[in-house]
Order: sequence, then structure tokens, then C-alpha cells
Amino acid sequence: MDKPVIDIKNLWFSFNGEPVLQDVNFTLYHKEFLAMIGPNGGGKTTLLKLMLGLFEADRGEIRVFGRPPKQVAHRIGYVPQDIHINKNFPISVLDVVLMGKLRSGISWSHYKKDDRITAQAALKKVEMEQFKNRHIDELSGGQRQRVFIARALVTEPEILILDEPTASVDAKGQGEIYTILKDLNEKVTILVVSHDLLALSSYIKSVACVNRRVHFHGAAEVTEEMLEMAYQCPVELIAHGLPHRVLRTHNGD
Amino acid sequence: MFEVLQFEFMRNALVAGLLASIICGIIGTFVVVNRIAFLAGGIAHAAYGGIGLAFFFGLPYIVGTLGFTLFAAMIMAAVTLKARDRADTFIGVLWAGGMGLGVLLLDLTPGYNVDLMSYLFGSILAVPQSDLWQMLVMCLSVGLIVIFFYNDFLAMSYDEEFAQLRGVPVKGLYFLLIGMIALSIVMIIRVVGLILVIALLTIPPYIAEKYARSLSMMMLISTLLCCMFTMTGLWLSYIFNLTSGATIIMVAVAAFFISFLVQYLNSRRLYSKAIGD
Repeated sequence: MDKPVIDIKNLWFSFNGEPVLQDVNFTLYHKEFLAMIGPNGGGKTTLLKLMLGLFEADRGEIRVFGRPPKQVAHRIGYVPQDIHINKNFPISVLDVVLMGKLRSGISWSHYKKDDRITAQAALKKVEMEQFKNRHIDELSGGQRQRVFIARALVTEPEILILDEPTASVDAKGQGEIYTILKDLNEKVTILVVSHDLLALSSYIKSVACVNRRVHFHGAAEVTEEMLEMAYQCPVELIAHGLPHRVLRTHNGD
Repeated sequence: MFEVLQFEFMRNALVAGLLASIICGIIGTFVVVNRIAFLAGGIAHAAYGGIGLAFFFGLPYIVGTLGFTLFAAMIMAAVTLKARDRADTFIGVLWAGGMGLGVLLLDLTPGYNVDLMSYLFGSILAVPQSDLWQMLVMCLSVGLIVIFFYNDFLAMSYDEEFAQLRGVPVKGLYFLLIGMIALSIVMIIRVVGLILVIALLTIPPYIAEKYARSLSMMMLISTLLCCMFTMTGLWLSYIFNLTSGATIIMVAVAAFFISFLVQYLNSRRLYSKAIGD
């Protein structure tokens, strides 16, 4: 937890004249495991895409590994939201993972033997090796997410960014995915957008609430306010399994 | 039925059908998985404006039509990238505008009454040898480009953002793809007409998508289906003395509904089996 891998200062972003993010300050440290929560339309996915260099900020500064995101986006592993992907697409599990081995720029886009070995190793890591020849459509939501994580892993990322990886996954599948992420966190910085804060609370190290502005909560303290943001309705905390809860108000709201 | 092959026009028609099937199988697969059938339809109809230009200014068909169609296609591609939610309207305007321009220019062309029908439904029975060579070159170029960029195109079609993050030049590839679609359409319109182009670009890949396990397999199945439709259509049109282009289309459309029905019955069978268990 020494130097920041992502550093955002006074960032503003609007879409079609509508402000989406206002005066965001955000720092993500090496080997952090951060959960990002907030209401739908609060700007979570937008913030991720700014970090990946897919969007340009109106004002402010983003530095990833000390450089503009576009130059270093290949060092970030990205697991997009499942719903944006065409499920009928004729593609096998192994071919999806191999996508992480694409070379940048213009060249003959074939895969080498090494690429296949790496892709299979990544599938093994997420326990999906036996499904490598399956059509991606034949997998369950949780299995598909693990394939997307494997695809991000073959890019040998230093940061792993996941956008709602457990949105269409049952409780058992969620646990499996978080366990995989926890193992990966020994080497890789992880940022995960999620609504299941309670399920995540034993894995994460800190929480950021995104609702136009961003509020940070250092150690993994789950507050009532955070749960309200995550579930978008008042929540009462019950002490079981949440020993370190502290209620804190956001400054300036 | 083989005695018809002694006629040169029939042999040419078969070769034209085969080459068009290969081009449509490959390009149509991209059209269907990228869900740009409407854009492809827009390009095919805008091409009519190019045909009008070619006749009005006395330009060679390829120069006038290809020039105008590529221009219209690039505008459509740019709009699709810039403002995805408004792209359908824009394509509709170019679709109608191209058609209108084409008809007006043909009206204004002195002493020439071109047969509209031959560009809508084509004249596969009147394909000259020179067109076959052009189509062969087209086929080889499309094949080589797709082999070279296969995995890039695959990634772009499956998950454009991820491809972009890996440094795949997705914008350039998108324009290349639209350019190839425009080129293929212009080539094939002269042979089979613009309505048949749209049918061959969309129906075979749509059926193939259900059975294919990879993009390349989808291209292969589409090409085979395209061939089957073209050959069956030609044969039926010869036997019953019907318009060849329209017969081929009706064969393809019939196959489309049959595949739909088979799929429906299959899902019913699986459902009742699940209930029975």
C-alpha cells in the first residue's frame, strides 16, 4: 500500500450536458481491494471508463501508473458487465480467453502455441478448464464471469477492474468469484463495482461510494449509509458478521 | 437436368452464384453478428444513386457506383460510430435519398431507358465472363483481408471495448469492414440485384448462427447455404420458367421459415421432455 496506481484529481465529466461526475478525487493504492458502490446512474461505470481511457474528462487529471490512461490501458485487466455482450455469438470459451492475447496495432492476428497454453492456464486458475471447448452460450452466468476474469488475467494485468461481476450470479457462484478475486489480490490491485456489499465485506479493504461525487471509506467498514447507497433503500444493520461497523457521515453533503 | 449446363449462360450463372455465395457467406456473417443488416440495406439502396450517376455522366459502372456507394457507406459508418442512437434515422435518409437520386438521374439521362428491375432483381442469367473475373478478384481480396485480421475482427464484433483496450484499431477495422461490405454489394448487385444481395447477406448467416460454434464455421455454413439457395433457385426458375433472382430469394425465405419452425419444434420437444421427466 505504498504509491498510488490510480490517482484522480478534481475530475469533472458530463454527458450530453448532464453532469455525471463532479469534482472527483480518487486514489487507488497498490494491492488495494476496493469495492465501488452507488445508485444506478450514479456514474460508477463512467468512472471506470475514464480510468480505462475510453472516455475523456472535461476537467481534472487522471493518472494511471503516473501516466495518462490511454497509454497504459493495456496494463489494466477489464471485466465488463455481462449484459452488454451478445450471448448468441458463435464463439468458444477458449476463443474468448484468447482475446486477451491480441497484439496491438496492425499485424497478422493469429495466435501462437504459447498463447493457447497461457489461455488454458488462466482457465485452470478460475476452474473452467474443462469447459474450454464449450459454446459461451452454454455456460451459467457465474461460469461466464469466470471466463471473462480468465480473459482479463491472460493480459497479465497489474490492476483488475470488474463491473458488476456478480449481477447475474447465484449466491454460491458469487462466493466462488470473490474467493478467486481474493487469491488474485495477493499480486494484483482490484477494483470491483458491486451491489452485494454484505457478501463482499469480508474480502474488501476499502469502499468508495459513487453518486456524482466520490466518498472514500478507508478500512472495510460497512456503514448504514453505504448499504443504503448499495441497495437504494434504508437498511438496518444487524451486528452478526459485521463486527467493525462504524457510522460516519460524508463531509459536505 | 444436366443438359442445361451445355449453355454458356447457365455455366456462367452457376459460377456467378458460387462466387457471390462465398462473398455473401463471409461478409454476411459480419453483418449478422454485428447487427448491421439495416446499414447493409442502406448501402445497397444508396448504391442505386451511384448507378444513376454512372449513367448520367457516362462513367463506367464500377467507377460511378463504387465511388458513390463507398462515399455513402463511409458517412453511415461515421454516424454509427459518433451517434449510435441516431444512426438508424440517418441510414434511412441515405437509403431513400440514394434511391430517389438514382431514379431522377436515370430520368434525366437522355435517350436511355434502363430497366429498373434488372438492378433490383439482377440478371444472373446474363453475366458476362469479365464480371466473373472481377468477382473472383473480389472474393480473393475479401478472403485475404479476413484471414489477416480474423481475430481482430472477431474481438471487435464480440466485445468492441475490450478489443480497443488491447490496442486493436477498432475504428479503422470498422471502416474497413463497412468498405468491404460496400464493395461486395456493388459487385454483386450487377449480378443478382440489390434485393437478392440483402437476402443473401442476412438469411444464410442467420440460420448458420444457430449451429455454428465459431465465426469461421458460421462463414462456412453460410456459404454452403448461400450456394444451396442459389443453385436450387436457378434450377426451379429454369424448370418453371420463372424470374431467377426472385426464385432464389423465395427459396432463401422458405428456408428461413423452415429453420424457424424446426427451432420452435425442437424447443417444444425439449420442453415436453423436461416436463415428462
